[in-house]
Amino acid sequence: MAHFDENAKPFSHQWLNDRLAIDTLKRVLSTEYWIPKNINFLWAMGMVLAATFGILLISGIFLLMYYQPNTKLAFDSVNYTIMTEVGYGWLWRHIHGVGASVVFLIIYIHMFTGIYYGSYKRGRELIWLSGMLLFVLFSAEAFSGYMLPWGQMSYWAGMVITNLFSGGSLHADGLVEWIRGDYVPGQAFLGRFFMLHVLLMPLVIIGAIVFHFGTLRLPHVNNQDGEEIDFEESARLYKEGKKAESKVIPFNPVFLSKDVFVMGIYFIFFFYLVFYHFEFAMDPVNFDPANGLKTPTHIYPEWYFLWSYEILRPFPTDPGLIAFGFAQVIFFLLPFLDRSPNVAPASRRGAFKVWFWLLLIDMIVLTFMGKLPPQGIWSTIGLVAALLFFALWIALPIITKLEKKL
Amino acid sequence: MNKELKILGIVVIFTLILYWGVEPFAHSQMHKHVEGHGLIYDGKADIEEASKDKKEVKKKFWADVKKIASLKGDVASGETIFNSTCASCHMKGASNMGGVTPPSLDHAGAIYDKNFLIALIKNPAMATNVDHKYKDTATHPMGAVMSMVSSDQDIANVVAYIKAKKAGEVTPKEAFIEACSRCHANRYGKLTQLGEIPKTKSNIKTGQDIDKMKYDQKVAEEQNALADYLGKLPPDLSIIYRARSEHFLETFIENPQSQLPGTAMPRTGLDKEGLEKVMAYLEETGDPSKPARDALGPWVLAFFVIFTILAYLWKQSQWRDLH
Ligand code: HEC
Ligand code: HEC
Ligand code: HEM
Repeated sequence: MAHFDENAKPFSHQWLNDRLAIDTLKRVLSTEYWIPKNINFLWAMGMVLAATFGILLISGIFLLMYYQPNTKLAFDSVNYTIMTEVGYGWLWRHIHGVGASVVFLIIYIHMFTGIYYGSYKRGRELIWLSGMLLFVLFSAEAFSGYMLPWGQMSYWAGMVITNLFSGGSLHADGLVEWIRGDYVPGQAFLGRFFMLHVLLMPLVIIGAIVFHFGTLRLPHVNNQDGEEIDFEESARLYKEGKKAESKVIPFNPVFLSKDVFVMGIYFIFFFYLVFYHFEFAMDPVNFDPANGLKTPTHIYPEWYFLWSYEILRPFPTDPGLIAFGFAQVIFFLLPFLDRSPNVAPASRRGAFKVWFWLLLIDMIVLTFMGKLPPQGIWSTIGLVAALLFFALWIALPIITKLEKKL
Repeated sequence: MNKELKILGIVVIFTLILYWGVEPFAHSQMHKHVEGHGLIYDGKADIEEASKDKKEVKKKFWADVKKIASLKGDVASGETIFNSTCASCHMKGASNMGGVTPPSLDHAGAIYDKNFLIALIKNPAMATNVDHKYKDTATHPMGAVMSMVSSDQDIANVVAYIKAKKAGEVTPKEAFIEACSRCHANRYGKLTQLGEIPKTKSNIKTGQDIDKMKYDQKVAEEQNALADYLGKLPPDLSIIYRARSEHFLETFIENPQSQLPGTAMPRTGLDKEGLEKVMAYLEETGDPSKPARDALGPWVLAFFVIFTILAYLWKQSQWRDLH
């Protein structure tokens, strides 16, 4: 039994400290959570993501108060009730829509930052894996949310994506029906995706964020030079007041002040989109109510899924599905496919530098082609880009094995 | 600092390229581009799109329209013809004929183009570019007008009368009701094909609203008739403003066949004012938050600019003695 100060006033500092160890918590999680000084604004993207998730959560709660998960009412509850009758309903909806799109932009920036600086290896494997878990969870959250307005794109994207689970010539139609709860998307389908979107996925995501933060605590974040820092030594210097000589800063308040500044810039961008440029985040086709008898001319997923969609499309059904499955998991394996011992920015890693920029450009090309109708030159470019994607991942262990130790 | 700006530049450039590819570029490739004709109804597009055997007929038709347009119309005799012919179908409480209810013409002079009106009286099916649906264009629901008002001078007179006396200030909602709502409901604007939805009351004891049920039945019957006439029920236009681009809507309304070849939707012959008003109404029901956005936006952005400046000062104070 620990020692309790009998005279401490309830809820006083001492009283709380005896019961919650708040001083220790504060030290471990914030004032003595050491961050390298040598980092740029890209290291603020994690906190920007956390903030965006918060925005999505709050705006989502407001939308939830008026949304009706019923195939007959859903469309109008969103497009009429929330947009016209509920005070500032339009604001919450546009914040939620823009947030759902922008969060993926930031996720991709955050991921490619990790890849560029090699922040996924030598002790940081779990950070990467938990990050990828978050990516998958956010994808599921975004997809289930996209079903809710029950517009044409909700319905047909729901149809196309759930169809993938039939496994091509495996004809696992029973599985598809099990997922849909019906032969085609209908009330059962909407109901379960509603549940996933507003309850199960957010719960799991919150857990995964906590886990992601947990994986960061011991290895600490990387830095611009991939330098291995002696955190204890640096922390000692900092605490002795030799701030200029120390290579680290405390998360709170020093790094936080920069995080908040970067967030400010991000919020200006974010709310500019919310007020003046939200159309990109809300597909026009989804403003036609769902109609199972009328297939839209073009069916495509939201922009952040396009690259993996394009890996599926240029191939015949079965190889396409295998390729798609490959694309979904391959990023998980990055820490194990990169065989080089170097933790350094890609610019100093020779062939890896080329690999990095090729991967980025290839994924952008795949994204473009994923939206265009699969005809003529577009399908050819898509096929080449998909093949290049595989070639890059096959080449990765080889080129990193050959990489010279820095 | 310099390095950070360079990195920011790279991130911004890649983001813009990405945006360009999935938005403007993709959309330019997915939809065929249709040029508008500046709301000039001279049959040019109709003749171009017509099948070979129809070309000559159409050429002649639109040449005649041009001829009539050059005649000077007499408003007073136009009024007489209007009251004895047009008003017999286009009256208050008009009923469905041949699948569709004749619209009110109270602002016809303001919202329809002069040449279009001439063409419409001369041959409604040709003017609205749905003649492909008819063996004999006189069987168009308004086809009877062809034998009722047949001389060129009479046509010129009626049109002169409409342009002079049936114009006046028209609201966006009136324009939509007169030009579109006989076919298209707008549930967010509380409009059915029969006009504005009347207020009804339910019986307190039973909770039933019999007047509403009766009204709903009438709407359903009107919709059945429309679907029989047009082959399908024209879609509700409540939120079409966000489902289609402005350019699509404008060129589609000017000449539906250009965007959906073979469609049953007739050309409505709106002039500049008519189109503006109809578009304004579609925006009002489809994107009603625009004024609120424009009012609130600058304040929110100003808040975050100040927030960012304060955050920058805080950051500077925290980082001052680090280097
Ligand atoms: C005589 C009936 C009629 C009138 C009047 C009419 N429409 Fe239509 N409209 C239709 C029909 C029928 C369709 C369905 C066309 C199709 O799918 O082929 C349609 C479809 C449309 C569409 C959807 C096109 C698409 O891409 O699916 C729009 C937009 C539209 N109309 C706008 C208008 C506007 C605006 C007006 C008034 C200026 C108007 N319509 C007047 C019959 C009408
Ligand atoms: C036999 C009944 C009848 C007569 C007579 C008649 N109309 Fe019509 N009119 C109709 C019907 C029915 C429609 C709707 C047609 C449709 O939507 O397909 C219509 C539609 C119209 C429209 C709307 C067309 C559009 O572009 O949306 C105008 C304008 C019009 N009539 C003007 C006139 C004028 C002017 C006259 C007199 C010279 C006239 N009508 C005489 C039945 C009639
Ligand atoms: C979507 C929710 C996510 C949140 C809220 C989040 C949050 C954070 C935070 C706060 C940090 C520390 C600060 C920083 O370096 O930016 C971080 C680091 C990191 N995250 Fe994430 N992250 C998310 C998703 C991802 C994803 C999808 C990946 C990639 C698979 C990922 C990989 C990493 C890596 C590798 C680091 C360490 C960076 C370094 O050591 O320099 N994270 N994350």
